[in-house]
Amino acid sequence: MDLLLDPLGFSFFLRALVASTLVGAACAIVGTYVVLRGVAFIGDAIAHAGFPGIVVAYLLGWPLYVGATIAAVGTALAIGVVTRKAGIRQDTAIGVLFAGTFALGVFLFSGISGYVADLFSFLFGNVLAIGPGDLVALVGLGLAVIVVVALLWKELLYATFDPLGAAASGIKVERLELLFLTLVAITIVVSLQAVGIILVVAMLVTPAATAQLLTVRFTRLMLVAAAIGIISAVVGLYISYWLDVASGATIVLVQTALFVIAVFVGPHGLIAQRRYPVLRLAEDELDDAHAKGSAA
Amino acid sequence: MALGHNHPDGIDATHAHAHADVWLSDVSAGYGQRVALEHVTLAVEPGSLLAVVGPNGAGKSTMLKLMAGLLTPWTGRIEILGQPAGREARRVAYVPQAELVDWAFPVTVEDVVMMGRFPRLGRIRRPGADDRRAVQSALAEVGMARHLRTQVGRLSGGQRRRVFLARALAAEPDLFLLDEPVTGIDPTTQELLMDLLEAQAERGKTVVATTHDLACAAARFHQVLAVNRTVVAYGPSNLVLDADVLARAYGGHLLVLDGRTVVLDDAHHHDEAAPGERHFHDHDGGR
Repeated sequence: MDLLLDPLGFSFFLRALVASTLVGAACAIVGTYVVLRGVAFIGDAIAHAGFPGIVVAYLLGWPLYVGATIAAVGTALAIGVVTRKAGIRQDTAIGVLFAGTFALGVFLFSGISGYVADLFSFLFGNVLAIGPGDLVALVGLGLAVIVVVALLWKELLYATFDPLGAAASGIKVERLELLFLTLVAITIVVSLQAVGIILVVAMLVTPAATAQLLTVRFTRLMLVAAAIGIISAVVGLYISYWLDVASGATIVLVQTALFVIAVFVGPHGLIAQRRYPVLRLAEDELDDAHAKGSAA
Repeated sequence: MALGHNHPDGIDATHAHAHADVWLSDVSAGYGQRVALEHVTLAVEPGSLLAVVGPNGAGKSTMLKLMAGLLTPWTGRIEILGQPAGREARRVAYVPQAELVDWAFPVTVEDVVMMGRFPRLGRIRRPGADDRRAVQSALAEVGMARHLRTQVGRLSGGQRRRVFLARALAAEPDLFLLDEPVTGIDPTTQELLMDLLEAQAERGKTVVATTHDLACAAARFHQVLAVNRTVVAYGPSNLVLDADVLARAYGGHLLVLDGRTVVLDDAHHHDEAAPGERHFHDHDGGR
């Protein structure tokens, strides 16, 4: 018990706990749409594009979050506009943007003399080093993302599943797409200090991918993904504290472990498919019986 | 019956404008540099049950997208339910081709049909008891009430079509725009879907559907619009679906058997010169 309670005596651990819980939830919620749209690589590109923004902010003496936000949101909107207008395949355009922006960050970074711990923590993340001021910004942005999704989940769902049907029914799909990319960018910025540029895509994708193995209902999928995001953030943070290892990497490893478990033992996982090939049919009948029952 | 040849400002456009549910005036549209439709003039009366037919690449889906406000025309004017296309979106239900939908998506039958209610809900409101009842009754109409909680990917092709029609019904629209609703489904489902659409038309709703199935267009639709980059013919289905018109719409690759028309080869003929336009007028507005 002391193992769990002791770290809570440290304010830096409490801050890290609040931050990583919120990051875990926000990433999983936005990540549900990222996974269903199949745009994980856009998340990766936006994260890498944040790096030059951070370095420039450092050189100018601005808050690093401001630089990251401007660069990430700018890139997200550029992706949204360029892929619609230019005659280039989306993955090609993003591949160019991804490497180019990150190279710019490394170029500027390598010009700074000496070791810069602040900047380094944005590459790999160090949620235990998060300060009180950063925490306020992070909680504000993270909650804003969750509130926007809570307000627009219907429209986002419809536009993701059937963009033509959604647009024809009056949903402004193009505007929603830009808003969605902005949400992804803000979520990534919020997550950078916790898990870093290189691993943030895992926070977006892995919880929703795991949830997809456990349920076939959209709303349940999003809730399960959020739960996985929160649980793995808390568990990962404790493990990283006990073992004195990198927090971001530990959180991502916990998520990956949960994913692997779900691949094997989930209701749609490998073991269920091999052992009980009739399970799917049986479930359908149960569904039907349930539907009949609730209709009566 | 009056035959009007090549009059873009013809009777349809001007006279029917005031009370048409779908009105296009000299509309041209396409994608990028490619022309898909040109000089389309058309008026569809309320209560029509209209099949849009034509070979692959003739512009059938483009026609539907224009009506749905999904595509902005290069030139010309479009009015849907008396307003510019897209303005009355909440009164329009559009169903895309089945191939364009990701069936592995984690949504149940109930979730999909509920999407039809979203436009009525507005931004903040969550689906309530009324909406669930509308979803239930729409699913009952298409005979899918038992499958409320089934993931859509587990359904057969015909069942998926039924669910999408249920979504359109749940939206309670005044105009149905359906892209290939009866393609690749069993005859029973086809009859069921057509019965439902006919019932909607009888209640004064307007139904426009693209189809490859000329036999279905002849037997079950009241009006037919034959397109091949422009309007080839438009009028009551029994008048439009004669061998002469179809030969021009399909570029002559047809086999006619016992008065039933069978398309032999409908691919690769859409690049031919646009055939002359032919309008059939039937003052009863249908059959």
